[in-house]
Order: sequence, then structure tokens, then C-alpha cells
Amino acid sequence: MEFLILGLPLMYYAAMVAKVLAAFVFVLLTVAYATYAERKIIGHMQVRLGPMRTGWHGLLQPIADGLKLFFKEEIVPSQASTFAFLVAPLIALIPAFITFAVIPFGGTIEVLGYKIPLQIAAYYDTAAHQVFDVNVGVLYILAMSSLGVYGIVLAGWSSNSKYSLLGGLRASAQMISYELAAGLSIIAVFMLSGTLSLNRIVELQSGMGGFEWYVFKQPLAALMFFICSLAEINRTPFDLPEAETELVSGFCTEYSSMKYAMFFMAEYANMVTVSALTATLFLGGWNGPMAVAIPLLGPVYFIAKVYFLMFVCMWIRATLPRYRYDQLMHLGWKVFIPLALANIVVTGIIGYII
Amino acid sequence: MNPITPIINGMKITLKHMFMKPVTLQYPTERPKVAARFRGLHALNVSHDKAKCVACYLCPTVCPAKCITVEAGEDANHDKFAAVYEIDILRCIFCGYCVEACPVDAIRMTGEFELANYSRKDFVYSKDRLLEKK
Repeated sequence: MEFLILGLPLMYYAAMVAKVLAAFVFVLLTVAYATYAERKIIGHMQVRLGPMRTGWHGLLQPIADGLKLFFKEEIVPSQASTFAFLVAPLIALIPAFITFAVIPFGGTIEVLGYKIPLQIAAYYDTAAHQVFDVNVGVLYILAMSSLGVYGIVLAGWSSNSKYSLLGGLRASAQMISYELAAGLSIIAVFMLSGTLSLNRIVELQSGMGGFEWYVFKQPLAALMFFICSLAEINRTPFDLPEAETELVSGFCTEYSSMKYAMFFMAEYANMVTVSALTATLFLGGWNGPMAVAIPLLGPVYFIAKVYFLMFVCMWIRATLPRYRYDQLMHLGWKVFIPLALANIVVTGIIGYII
Repeated sequence: MNPITPIINGMKITLKHMFMKPVTLQYPTERPKVAARFRGLHALNVSHDKAKCVACYLCPTVCPAKCITVEAGEDANHDKFAAVYEIDILRCIFCGYCVEACPVDAIRMTGEFELANYSRKDFVYSKDRLLEKK
């Protein structure tokens, strides 16, 4: 007789904790080194070297930056709304991290005779012989990613500074415009998959030797989703909420020390999440040659795809200047939303004919 | 105009630049190679163990920043020489006119460019400090 807690074996809990730890350590390390990678990549794209002094080729730079921010003085402006001011960075940071709960980063591996699906919010049901995960995974991610903007708006409002407020307002306006287009563009994927479960979506892309990716069937949706996601997480060229040239530093103008670091972590964690989501929905998730036969290759392919997309984010940042505010709104409302709707109609017609 | 092509062209350029050799000079460890005609700190030329300067006052005359102070003296052979020769580096604009004006090729400019110092009086280079830079 197996030892059960709340009707589930002990291994279930151990596996869950291990998955949570592995995924979070991975995301945290990626966030720390994404800052380094960004500076290096942009540096080389501008024919510079980037950080070189802290450690070999500047490899200790993120640690030095973290230490510096950690020991800086915490400043709360006297006119700020203190509670909201303190809680805003957390509201920005937490949704950025918890979205990772539903993203499958590998197939099912077997440890000590117990099957573990490599997805935090999922378990292998031994009676039904299949993996159960959150069946509205994408909806959960969309909900959480739009929660992140509350942190930014709150930060902008509670700082009691005109720059911060303008940054926060821009963030919310931008989020509303691009959330729609991003949501509409992935509806085309759901029309193909017929499910919102990310695990199932990845499985459906495993055909043709692990290369039956939705990006080949829905190239327009993939492109639109990626661009809209960039706008949603305030990455360049859509980083208007923190446009230095106009708004000093936007919503985080008044922030210092660890609170400022938290906004930065949230920004990079969002970048990881968006890359992971794009990889899952359009680039076949952890699929790839031999990924089903050798389960440990799954995470490798997944991480490679995520890092590639993050590289593309940095590449875009090194290339494009910031959009003007009216251009941003024009692009969101008059280009992406009609295109996404047209894409849905065309997908529907083709799906009906076939 | 089609808005996508310029973006793709731009991204091609940035990608190409990523594989170029960076132009950065890791300054304190890597030193720049200054050109032969670089106008750095002045030096007084020496001939037969003496400064060549004959204290003709052409360099303080031509100096647009008025940073050169020369006082003439007379040596045992009744030859004129510069008893005092000072250049105030804080005033100097490194134009090199003093070098052009000198009739006896007594002054030149070296490749020395790290002229930072801790006190103002250290910026006034006296004759022996200028000679040292041979």
C-alpha cells in the first residue's frame, strides 16, 4: 500500500517541489544573465565590447549589479502613497514569475517508477494514463500577464510624480491596445488545436519529426503575437512607459534600490515568459528531433527556443528606435487588430473547407 | 512605402555588425597608438647636454593662449639661454604654434597625453620637467 497525502502519493509532492525549484531557479538565473546577455549582444551589435571588467569578460556583472542595488538606500518620496508605492514592485514582479507555472518545458520523465510531466501545474494520472494540466493554460497566462500592468500603473500613480504618472498611464493604454491584438492572434492557434491546454498544444505540434510547428501554419499569427507581446511587456521599440527622452524613466523614476531592481527583474522575467509562450504556441514547445524518444532532450530544445527568441528581442532592441505614441496606437488598433481578425476569418474558411 | 523591408534591412545590418571586431580599446590595459604628428605634452630638445633653446621669445609671442613664460640668461660663453622656461598646461591649447615658430628646433610635442594631476601648481611645467621628457 502506497503512502498517500490527501489521496496523492508522496512522490507527487516531491516532484512538484522539485519542478517548482528547477523552473524558478532557471527563470531567476536567466533573468540575471539576460541583463548581461543584452548588454553584451547590443554592445557587439554596436561594434563595442559590452561589460568586460567584472570577472572574465564581465561574467560577474549581474552579481555586481545586484549587490550594488541591494545595498543602495531605499528612498520613498515624502509625497508618495507609501503602501501602494511599496507594494507596486511586487505586483509587477509576481505575475511575471507565476505565469511559468503552466508552461510545459519538457515531456514526461520517469523517476523511481513515477511519471513526472515537466510542467509545474500538471500531474500524470496513473489510472487514466495521461497527463492532466490546467486546461485553460493560455487563458491563465493572458490573465496573469495583464495583471502585471497593475503594478506599473500603481507605481506611476503612487509615486506622485508627473513623469511616473504619465508612464503608468501609457503602460495601461498600451496594454489594453495590444492585449486585444495578441489575444485575437492566438485564437487562430486555438482554432487549429481545439484546446487551451498548453500541454496538448505542444503534443499537437509533435508530428513530422517534431517539426509540425504552428508557425508554419500560422506565420502571420506568430509574428503578430510576438510583436504584440513585445508591446505588452514594454520592450523596445514599444518601451514608451519608460521613455527616457520624454519621461526621465517613466513609472520607475522615483524608485531606488531593490524596488527598482524588482521592476527590472519583472521586465526580464516577462521577456522570458513571452519567449516561452511564443515557443510553446508556435515553435513546438519542447518538440524537436528525438525529443519523444529521449525525454531529457525536451528541456534542451525548449531552452534553446526560449533563448533564441530572447536573442531576437535583444536584436530588435539593438535595431529599432522607439515608436512615437500615436504610431504605437495606430499600429495596435488599425493594423494588428484588423489583421488578426482577418487571420481568424481566413483560418476559419480554410478549416471549414478541409 | 512598405514598412517591413526597412526593418528587415536594419536587422540585417545589426546582425552583420555583431560579427565585426569591436573597436573598443580596453584603455588602461591597452594603450592607444598615437600618430607621429600627435600634439601632446611639450618637450625641450637637447643638444650637447644643453637645451637648444636660445631664449628668442618667439614661442611666447606666437602662443595664442599666452601660456609660455621665458626669461633669458647669459652663460659663461656669453650665449643667450632660457634661464626660466615654463609652460602652463592648464592654459595651453596644444596648437603647436610654438613648435612651428621655433627657429632652432628647440621644442617639440610628444605623444604624452595623460596630463592629469592633483594640484594646480603641478600643471606648470618648469624647464627641468620639460627636459626630462627626452
